[in-house]
Amino acid sequence: MAVAHTDTTTLTIAGRTLRSRLLLGTGGFPSLSLLGEAIRASGSELVTVALRRVDPTAQGSLMDVLEREGVELLPNTAGCFTARDAILTAKLAREAFSTDWIKLEVIGDEDTLLPDAPELLKAAEQLVDDGFTVLPYTTDDPILARRLVDVGCAAVMPLGAPIGSGMGIRNPYNIALIREAVQVPVVLDAGVGTASDATLAMELGCDAVMVASAVSRAQDPVAMAIAMRHAVEAGRLAYGAGRIPRRTYATPSSPHEGRAHFN
Amino acid sequence: MIYLNGDINDNGAGRTVVDVLVQLDLAPDARGVAVAVNGEVVPRVSWGTFTIPEGACVEVLTAMQGG
Repeated sequence: MAVAHTDTTTLTIAGRTLRSRLLLGTGGFPSLSLLGEAIRASGSELVTVALRRVDPTAQGSLMDVLEREGVELLPNTAGCFTARDAILTAKLAREAFSTDWIKLEVIGDEDTLLPDAPELLKAAEQLVDDGFTVLPYTTDDPILARRLVDVGCAAVMPLGAPIGSGMGIRNPYNIALIREAVQVPVVLDAGVGTASDATLAMELGCDAVMVASAVSRAQDPVAMAIAMRHAVEAGRLAYGAGRIPRRTYATPSSPHEGRAHFN
Repeated sequence: MIYLNGDINDNGAGRTVVDVLVQLDLAPDARGVAVAVNGEVVPRVSWGTFTIPEGACVEVLTAMQGG
């Protein structure tokens, strides 16, 4: 397995360097001011937004908050069930936000919000051909991850568990296999419930972690944002440091030689 | 008659995209906004000239909080 470096913070995706390995979703925050505080606390430089119908009665401007915090926007195609809808949404996002970057989500059903693999692959291929930098939300399937990279995706974003479930990383072996299977950044997306989940993702070799609900729906979102920042850094350091192998039996950490004999 | 963000609208057919943006209290050059008519993106540069046909589905979208 290739360990690129032990740099805990700098992350490069498609030639863009970010100083944080934490991506933050903007969904679920009770207020825009709390969102702003959480972005600052998280240290994240890349945050996701959804594209929805203009609401003339909406209070405050999300765009203003994000501009004030100086973060880059990563629009998503959340809510799209077909490649066709996701592609149109991506094109609208490019028009609205002047970015070629798209977090591609093509969802299979409302109950699980799991990715629809064939539609996802089809959309990814067409968007790459149209010049987009595509970051697909995908399952924890290493083969699908490889296929997404084969069609030109700039990163892959495998789920740890279903969106908003807070179930952590259900198949850590697959996440580690994805890390080995592709040469692009792996961003663990969905399922993170608390800081230790984010640390585990990084220890498995992920290049970054994306969190939304875990922060926005925490009892204290700002405190959780700080926890996630440290969790990602700790996991990255531990990954680079190299953990000891697991053993069934104890290995003494004090020397055998020189022990006293008391009788 | 057109459908503007899903609602029936009697003041949109034959008008430009800019006219419709104004109805939604948006500036003619509103940032962070994108417009689709009948499932096709209308580029920002065409907002002042693109005429919305009768019966069109017009979607005016912007950034919302989302994961």
